[in-house]
Amino acid sequence: MNSKENTEKSYTEQMRPDVKMQSIGLNAWFGQKQALKDINLTVKANAVTAIIGPSGCGKSTFIRTLNRMHELVPTAKMSGQVLLDGKDIYADEVDPVQIRRRVGMVFQKPNPFPTMSIYDNVAAGLKLTGAKKGKNLDEVVKRSLEQATLWEEVKDDLKKPGTSISGGQQQRLCIARAIALQPEVILMDEPCSALDPIATAKIEELIVNLKNDYTVVIVTHSMQQAARVSDFTAFMYLGQLVEFGETSGVFENPKNELTEKYITGKFG
Amino acid sequence: MINNYAFRKFKNRLFFVLCLACVVIAIVPLLSILYEVIARGAPQLSWEFLTQGPGTIGVSAGGIGPAIQGSLILIGLTSLIGIPVGILSGVYLAEFGNNRYASAMRTVNDVLTEFPSIIVGITAFSVVVLTMGSFSAIAGAVALSFILIPVVARTTEESLKLVPNSVREASLALGAHKWRTTLSVVLPAAKSGLVTGTLLAVARIAGETAPLIMTVLGNTYFFQGFGQPMDALPLRIWRNALQPYPELQAQGWGAALVLILIVLALNIGVRLASRGRFRK
Ligand SMILES: Nc1ncnc2c1ncn2[C@@H]1O[C@H](COP(=O)(O)OP(=O)(O)O)[C@@H](O)[C@H]1O
Ligand SMILES: [Mg+2]
Repeated sequence: MNSKENTEKSYTEQMRPDVKMQSIGLNAWFGQKQALKDINLTVKANAVTAIIGPSGCGKSTFIRTLNRMHELVPTAKMSGQVLLDGKDIYADEVDPVQIRRRVGMVFQKPNPFPTMSIYDNVAAGLKLTGAKKGKNLDEVVKRSLEQATLWEEVKDDLKKPGTSISGGQQQRLCIARAIALQPEVILMDEPCSALDPIATAKIEELIVNLKNDYTVVIVTHSMQQAARVSDFTAFMYLGQLVEFGETSGVFENPKNELTEKYITGKFG
Repeated sequence: MINNYAFRKFKNRLFFVLCLACVVIAIVPLLSILYEVIARGAPQLSWEFLTQGPGTIGVSAGGIGPAIQGSLILIGLTSLIGIPVGILSGVYLAEFGNNRYASAMRTVNDVLTEFPSIIVGITAFSVVVLTMGSFSAIAGAVALSFILIPVVARTTEESLKLVPNSVREASLALGAHKWRTTLSVVLPAAKSGLVTGTLLAVARIAGETAPLIMTVLGNTYFFQGFGQPMDALPLRIWRNALQPYPELQAQGWGAALVLILIVLALNIGVRLASRGRFRK
């Protein structure tokens, strides 16, 4: 199975070495209400892609289709394709659980497991998915916390509850928890919206570093944040993808009038 | 103006006094029962009373050992059957209950929660006692389970619904399966509510009498086997109260006190569970 995956992967990588994920003709609904309309977007590997747009335009819905979290909402439907390394994650034979292990997620509100210690929170992914076999948990926990730049702050308190630290620390703990599984892609849904400016700065720095090892997609309502951390920016409006390109291009020289109005603060 | 104010003040006082009166009306009988039980039951308590079987009329009333033993066996056996089934039903309703079958099940469950316990007893009588051909400890535990399961299922569902959805999503987004998420993340987060609700439900069934009359029947011996009739505290109290002999009636008061103490112990357990180290 592994060798098959590898050959398919290298095949697609030959085709488009820099594309990690791609949505093709993606539509999504909640009941009768269409939340996404024909989204075609590519996510480059080892880069940060930011999704911006006014509240309710479908940013969260979009990234939740990238790791099949969308379908957990009872009324949710979707159509179209989402490719991960060239393969459709919605194909019949694909197990959503396997996709979520490869495409990790960090939520808007920090959500460490309330009954678990800091250590267990980081190790949770490995334990819950049975992936801890043959792994040194202590090492994984340390490495993940280091990558999330939290290790120095909590190394003496690993036994304390995950909810006992500050909001910013909790969010970095959630990032460490996602990293511990070594996913290929990390999705972040407004990860700083509940945090103060100092905690936000720490996480932004962390995001930029993460792209060395991971592909990052971040939803943000802060255009300054998109400009600071991302390589590519997508602007969404009313469920549609209005503009997509390199961040510098989108911000300095937007092609669409709506984009320009939005980034100059004329609405939003 | 002043008159008006005085009148409002008076209404305020009146309302307060009425409330107080209601509280007193509710509490006085309760306290008098408690006083009666302690005053008449406490003199009975002794090591022999708690550990020995009934004696011979005219010589000595003996003890209520078999009734205590029987009640503990019933509580244990019922918990063994009722708690797992109740918790699993509650988990189904809360975590997988987004369909028509679950709504139907929820309604049936609510009706069962309010079911008259004598009918539960008759049901267990016709299903277990008639089939097995004998009154038995098992039949009693089945009857009490009928009462325990819906209550535990209800509290389980309520406690699980209190766990924020963000916690489930965090686990699912890590690639954990739904069953694993429920078991390792959601249930532990709901633990204090689960323990509290379950203990309260067990305390409730500890004092049930009607279903026992139709199932375990009661006798005067220590445990004879799960397929045999058995004594239990509520049964002992009920039978002794009907006796003309003062020493047996006195023994009944002692048994009532012991039963109240057991229920009290379970309630104290609840207090500890909802505040002590079980708390999340
Ligand atoms: N669980 C849901 N049920 C019904 N409608 C939803 C749900 N989640 C989001 N929506 C709707 O879908 C649209 C897109 O929402 P969302 O993706 O959350 O927007 P954003 O993240 O850009 O603020 C909104 O109109 C919102 O009301
Ligand atoms: Mg959102």
